[in-house]
Amino acid sequence: MCLGIPGRITAITDPARLMAMAEVSGVRREVNVACVAGNDLDALVSQWALIHVGFAMSLIDEDEAAKTLEALRDLGEAQETLEQMALSQEALA
Amino acid sequence: MKFASEFRDPVAARALLTAIAAKVDAIGATKAKPLHLMEICGGHTHSIFRYGLDKLIHEGIEFIHGPGCPVCVLPMARVDECVEIAERPGVIFTTFGDAMRVPGHRKSLMQAKADGADIRMVYSPLDALELARRNPGREVVFFGLGFETTTPSTALSIQQAAREGLTNFSVFCNHITVPEPIKALLDDPDMVLDGFIGPGHVSMVIGVHPYDFIARDYGKPLVVAGFEPTDLLQSVLMLVTQIAEGRAEVENQYARVVPEHGNPVSIAAIADVYERRPSFEWRGLGEIDASGLRIRPKYQAFDAEEKFGIGYATGRRNVPEIEGCACGSVMMGKLKPTGCPQFGKGCTPEMPLGALMVSSEGACAAYWQYGGARVAAE
Ligand code: SF4
Repeated sequence: MCLGIPGRITAITDPARLMAMAEVSGVRREVNVACVAGNDLDALVSQWALIHVGFAMSLIDEDEAAKTLEALRDLGEAQETLEQMALSQEALA
Repeated sequence: MKFASEFRDPVAARALLTAIAAKVDAIGATKAKPLHLMEICGGHTHSIFRYGLDKLIHEGIEFIHGPGCPVCVLPMARVDECVEIAERPGVIFTTFGDAMRVPGHRKSLMQAKADGADIRMVYSPLDALELARRNPGREVVFFGLGFETTTPSTALSIQQAAREGLTNFSVFCNHITVPEPIKALLDDPDMVLDGFIGPGHVSMVIGVHPYDFIARDYGKPLVVAGFEPTDLLQSVLMLVTQIAEGRAEVENQYARVVPEHGNPVSIAAIADVYERRPSFEWRGLGEIDASGLRIRPKYQAFDAEEKFGIGYATGRRNVPEIEGCACGSVMMGKLKPTGCPQFGKGCTPEMPLGALMVSSEGACAAYWQYGGARVAAE
């Protein structure tokens, strides 16, 4: 919950609500990009971001994304976050 | 020592450890008279244990594990209030999974769910919003929990709910802030801290200036740090360098992620939706002035405390914590987890008594998970 996880923004899904699709360790998940959006939303596509509980909070470069992901895997946090994303999908049903 | 295989960059780690040792020796700190450095963030606590940094580093440095895990500092009374809301008819109670096992006086959320309450683990408040859209006949409550890192997410979700005119969504707000408990710790006459490792992702939101008072008013250095092992070692080196040179400043080791002034969109959303409570209760630390946030009157319709007449809204506070739990002393660095009479006996990760045992970011759970052999040796 407290540590963000790196994800790559792949598409803008709902410009009015500032929502985008992100890929986080192979899992696709819709995220809010209000905190990292500039004037041109499309410029976010293919960028890496640190994602906290469904919100992109900071843009990072690819190298930082890889290093962060590795540390999160060591800590077991990456797996936990991905499990929580999956559980959340179930909760919506 | 699995040193080489554990570190992506063992050469850099060794160089940092050597440089730290030289500074610590120059300061004259020893195992008997160590420097006490507090890592505020639970993520840092987890990382220190995972990589065994506390054992690799010069013995003149002692890490004190701070109150920076929002699950760990959640008082029992708040868990009771969650259960009370969740058990109301028609409610769908949504929470981060981390909070499910925190003990309350009657039961945890996990037990309440087993007893039939509709409690759902969600990854994001956005999922709670979506549940509210899909279930117009139900009251969807989100358990808003966390420091400044998660506060923007609930603020933005409440703003979104207001824009959509949702009437069946509310947040049970337990957001807390990092600087205030640090001030409370520094004001404690028994406190012997020499410096702070500042939280990375909290600072990404609020920037580095909210910590200025620590250096200015209390003369203690703080370095904002990333949570990779070399980040932490680099930060410790920056701290001991300041101490050796007699400086006390706020420095930023994690500038690649933490902007000096934080994230303006997040800060604006927090300011729009939340205001400070006069005080908020922390498990083990008691009520701390201005350390918690509540929803502003203009968003009252989304405040679960108001909607359900619960919590601070009722004035019914100060429920005592459990007997024999030393969580408070551990969080203040006065006691090691192993010094708690309950550690490993009445309190284990499977059956936590205190909250420090619940989350992998809690000092007791970290000791338990990574410290079995060490504890026996101590
Ligand atoms: S062992 Fe359990 S009761 Fe004792 S301080 Fe740790 S979490 Fe609290």
